[in-house]
Amino acid sequence: MAHLSPFQLSIFSTVSFLLCTNFVCCNNGRRVGDALDTEFGGFSVPLEHSFEVDDVAKFRVRGALVLKAGREPSVSLSQNQLSEEDRTKLKEVAAVDGLYRIRVPRVFLQTDRQTERQMEGHLTAFVRACAMVESHLSDVISLHTDVSGYLIGVSIVTIPGACRGTEVEDEVDLEVFNSTLSIVAPVNAPGPETALFLERMEQEMEKKGKNPQEQKSFFAKYWYLILGGAIFLMATSSAQPPAGGDREQS
Amino acid sequence: MAKLILLCIKFVLLCSIADAVFEDQVGKFDWRQQYVGKVRFAHFDMHVQSSKKVILATEKNVFASLNSRTGDLYWRHVDKTGPEGNIDALLLHGQDAVLVAGNGRVLRSWEVNIGGLNWEIVLDSGSFQSACFVGQQDSVKYVAVLKKTAISLHYLSNGHQKWLENLPESETVQYQAVYSGGNGEVYTLGVVPHSHIAVVVYSVEDGEITKQISVEAPWLSNIPTSCAVVGQGMLTCVDPATVSLYTLDLEEQSQMTQIPLQSLGLEVSPGFQPVLVSTQPNPARPPLSEFFLQLGPDHHLLLQLNNGQIVTLRDFKPALLVSFATTGEKTVAAVMAPKNKTVKNYPLSLFVFCLSTIVDCFLPQACSLNLFSAESGRRLLDTTLIFNMDPNGGKPEKLYVQAFLKKDDSVGYRVMVQTEDHTLTFIQQPGRVMWTREEALSDVVTMEMVDLPLTGTQAELEGEFGKKAAIQDGLLSMVLKRLSSQLILLQAWMAHLWKLFYDARKPRSQVKNDVTIENLSRDEFNLQKMMVMVTASGKLFGIDSKTGTILWRHYLDNIPSNAAFKLMVQRTTAHFPHPPQCTLLIKDKDTGLATLHVFNPIFGRKSHITPPALPQPILQSLMLPLIDQDYAKVLLLVDDQYKVSAFPSTKNVLQQLQEMAGSIFFYLVDSNQGRLSGYRLRTDLSTELIWEVIIPTEVQRIVTVKGKRPNEHVHSQGRVMGDRSVLYKYLNPNLLAVVTESTDLHQERSFVGILLIDGVTGRIIHEAVQRKARGPVHLVHSENWVVYEYWSTKSRRNEFSVLELYEGMELYNSTVFSSLDRPHPPQVLQQSYIFPSSISTLEATLTEKGITSRHLLVGLPSGAILSLPKMFLDPRRPEIVSEQSREENLIPYAPEMPIRTEWFINYNQTVSRVRGIYTAPSGLESTCLVVAYGLDIYQTRVYPSKQFDVLKDDYDYMLISSVLFALFFATMISKRLAEVKLLNRAWR
Repeated sequence: MAHLSPFQLSIFSTVSFLLCTNFVCCNNGRRVGDALDTEFGGFSVPLEHSFEVDDVAKFRVRGALVLKAGREPSVSLSQNQLSEEDRTKLKEVAAVDGLYRIRVPRVFLQTDRQTERQMEGHLTAFVRACAMVESHLSDVISLHTDVSGYLIGVSIVTIPGACRGTEVEDEVDLEVFNSTLSIVAPVNAPGPETALFLERMEQEMEKKGKNPQEQKSFFAKYWYLILGGAIFLMATSSAQPPAGGDREQS
Repeated sequence: MAKLILLCIKFVLLCSIADAVFEDQVGKFDWRQQYVGKVRFAHFDMHVQSSKKVILATEKNVFASLNSRTGDLYWRHVDKTGPEGNIDALLLHGQDAVLVAGNGRVLRSWEVNIGGLNWEIVLDSGSFQSACFVGQQDSVKYVAVLKKTAISLHYLSNGHQKWLENLPESETVQYQAVYSGGNGEVYTLGVVPHSHIAVVVYSVEDGEITKQISVEAPWLSNIPTSCAVVGQGMLTCVDPATVSLYTLDLEEQSQMTQIPLQSLGLEVSPGFQPVLVSTQPNPARPPLSEFFLQLGPDHHLLLQLNNGQIVTLRDFKPALLVSFATTGEKTVAAVMAPKNKTVKNYPLSLFVFCLSTIVDCFLPQACSLNLFSAESGRRLLDTTLIFNMDPNGGKPEKLYVQAFLKKDDSVGYRVMVQTEDHTLTFIQQPGRVMWTREEALSDVVTMEMVDLPLTGTQAELEGEFGKKAAIQDGLLSMVLKRLSSQLILLQAWMAHLWKLFYDARKPRSQVKNDVTIENLSRDEFNLQKMMVMVTASGKLFGIDSKTGTILWRHYLDNIPSNAAFKLMVQRTTAHFPHPPQCTLLIKDKDTGLATLHVFNPIFGRKSHITPPALPQPILQSLMLPLIDQDYAKVLLLVDDQYKVSAFPSTKNVLQQLQEMAGSIFFYLVDSNQGRLSGYRLRTDLSTELIWEVIIPTEVQRIVTVKGKRPNEHVHSQGRVMGDRSVLYKYLNPNLLAVVTESTDLHQERSFVGILLIDGVTGRIIHEAVQRKARGPVHLVHSENWVVYEYWSTKSRRNEFSVLELYEGMELYNSTVFSSLDRPHPPQVLQQSYIFPSSISTLEATLTEKGITSRHLLVGLPSGAILSLPKMFLDPRRPEIVSEQSREENLIPYAPEMPIRTEWFINYNQTVSRVRGIYTAPSGLESTCLVVAYGLDIYQTRVYPSKQFDVLKDDYDYMLISSVLFALFFATMISKRLAEVKLLNRAWR
């Protein structure tokens, strides 16, 4: 049986959490449609983004998500560079503390038929535009699915996530997205661990059985108690009986 | 050795957690109130003249007996909730109460003195229609139960079935009533709507049909609402369309006789369905030939049916309620009429008060009750009884009269009045209220605890040194103010001394410490609070938490029957001289339209502030931590156009909102579409959609969404591990726990989903699925943990699961938490346990500063409330004990959660059908106030970490002070002695 300290246990659970996610680093700088290979059964959906000074969402295509359905879904992203115009706009939006939003269409991963994949509606998420700028477009996008493979949510964070107000001088820093993508499926919550507990109990019982100390005779085990009791009895019988009773009354 | 240590740990744990109540503490800090619910049937126990029992059956499926002198419960039987335990009929004869429950499923007979069950039998299936006693030769021997397709007769003594007969033509005829006049025959009355009445007569002896007639009645659709049997088997019906009475002699005639009401000189109020009320004092004899006919909301007539002729005995107008009552051989009619509404009847002071607050003054209305002889309609002398209606209550709804013979053979009576707000008031002549029971409290929907105000003197001081005063006044006036307040303090102290002196002379039992609304004040440790309770009937209560006394009540009429309530404290008592303010949001679940009721939680009075009218359906309401210039928190209401309105909406508030708009986020949940969406406020008070999570409804549906309590404090940021490093908690105040249940209920495929979503960014922090599990899920979300309970379909048991979130060994940003800047997902730990009981409700304790360890309060279906230490629900409980885990005081993992009887905080004071538990912090860090509500209300205090900040009751002050003094003197003396000795040595 593996001896797991609580700390190890925590690591274990985190590892198991990570196991369920499949990190795929995206291939930057490629054109959309360049590598839409369908040989491994993937299909592509657009990833759209929006950043406007007046905060009215106008979504444009940022790239294409290539999703591979199946038991262990995976995702990769091919995306464009930010144009000159977009770069200045993003900086403007960051200056007024606007939002950088992304959205993906709702899809169903666990099917082969194209018609059943797409569903109505989009899933949206946002991050502050200034965080996007200050992190030099390094973002982490996770797509969350439910048990049956429906995409239920998308989230985006930038690393680092803070807005410190530092100016991004170099335009080149805002050209290429440095994205990390993952698909996260729900983890199975553990039930009560009866089997392990019973096993441990049994082991303890066995140990107890093997332990030579436990197999000593009654007198060998408790000789000190018996001796103490005997001495106590002798002491009390030899001594004068105390005039008890009064103290109890008080 | 390790085992010994383990044993030691266990022993220490046991000792430290065993915090049951001592016998002498019972009832010292806790109280329980038992209720029965809205009364459906009530009978006075009349078989002994001096009997003091009222037998009640209620809409909450409770069957109970009250002491009619005090209003206390003698006994109470709580049946199953829902239609299964629904009480269909209650018949009382002598010492036997016969009850039909569960839509005719069971027939029970109870002994009314002690509430013991005489017998119970299960009836054949079929929907229940009616039941009555059947008597023969002046003695009642049987009970007849009419179902949709069959009638059965049972012995009253043992419940055995005498006979069961199928009803003829039960497919077409709706049998609705059963009647027996004591002549050896049972009449069943059925109707084919708008066609004819079918009367089937059975012989009591063998159940043979002796007669079967059908009578034309094309105007009739329902017998119980429009007909009654009067006199010697005369079926009397009223038809509002032709405005006439119809009579039918069940024994002889086969044709109904029409008697137009006009011939009696009577008129029906337009749009009113007339009602007939007859009385059958003894089931073994036919009903009386006198009966009441109600022609309008406040118009009743006492009529007599005499040889087919109808005679008007007396016309009662106005008359709100009427009732028959019988004692011995005398039958009387009690009539309740509104008293003259002239203002001069009221005391002058009241009148002045009314004039001064003309805005919403409600003149207290009084009703007078009088007795009339049923035979003649004459008014009986000296039988007037005045019923003063509570201006904060509802209108009278039902009248139950207990008549008794006085020594001089005249009839005396007491009445029990049931009002719209489910209140029972028992009144004796000439108008003395003996007791009232607020049965609305059996259905508490939501509650809050509000701090009590300061005493007058404290408030005076507060006023003196308040910020505003100091700025405005000069030095001299401040001195004067100071002197005057000192004088007031002196005066209060003198008064207190005088009271002490005065009370000391009286015997102890007479010194009463009644709590009234005038002498309410905060105690030293803020342990006494005002409980504001909102009930489903729309009645609000203010209850003193220390004694359970109802200090104020307020009935809100015109509450929709399917209303949802949300109670919010906008201003606490801390902002003297501004009164505290609570706002109740009442929302019609169907239309979404809402109204606001703003009131003072200490006095229950409606506030002068007029709440905004809300023409649009409301989707969401949220309290902001912003306060206006009068220290009232701002309430935001989001309507279905996603427009936001603020209350209060002063200029100051709107300006603050504009400044803050960018950082005000809120979320909406649409469980029908499985959509969770987040919005951000804009400066023009419109909103913009910023995130969206859609959970497909084909697979799972959202059951619960729960955030954290806003008034919760977390004292420590992390947990110290065995190796002295710190594991930091993930304390996201915006975290939402979303519970979903699968639509597929097959036991292999059903699951419960747990999603942790950040309410600001919509980021899914954690997503877990509990497979082979089913709801109902109970959930508590607090600090960095979520505890939920579900039903495991695989193992067929209840299981607890705990999720804890940690940031890891170092904090990302230790100074401030922002949902927008926390890029790393937290570590999530989870563990599950078996719980040996199902649960009704779940809540966590709450203390002032969050230092005290947390307990979970689990309401069990048995009525017990279990205080379960959170320590047992800790995902870091190790499977294998190590040195480090021992250092951390972690309990080794055991799959089964124990239930120890000493953890029951309510010892034997069970709370029936507990539906909710409310926890509130007190001024003492160690103490948490707990209120459990359901059918009963139970209030107590819990000390999750024992009373570490309180000296024991039996603390020996004498000993400690004498030891102190002795030591002090000893040092003084020894010092002196030492000095002398030194001096002597120096001289040598």
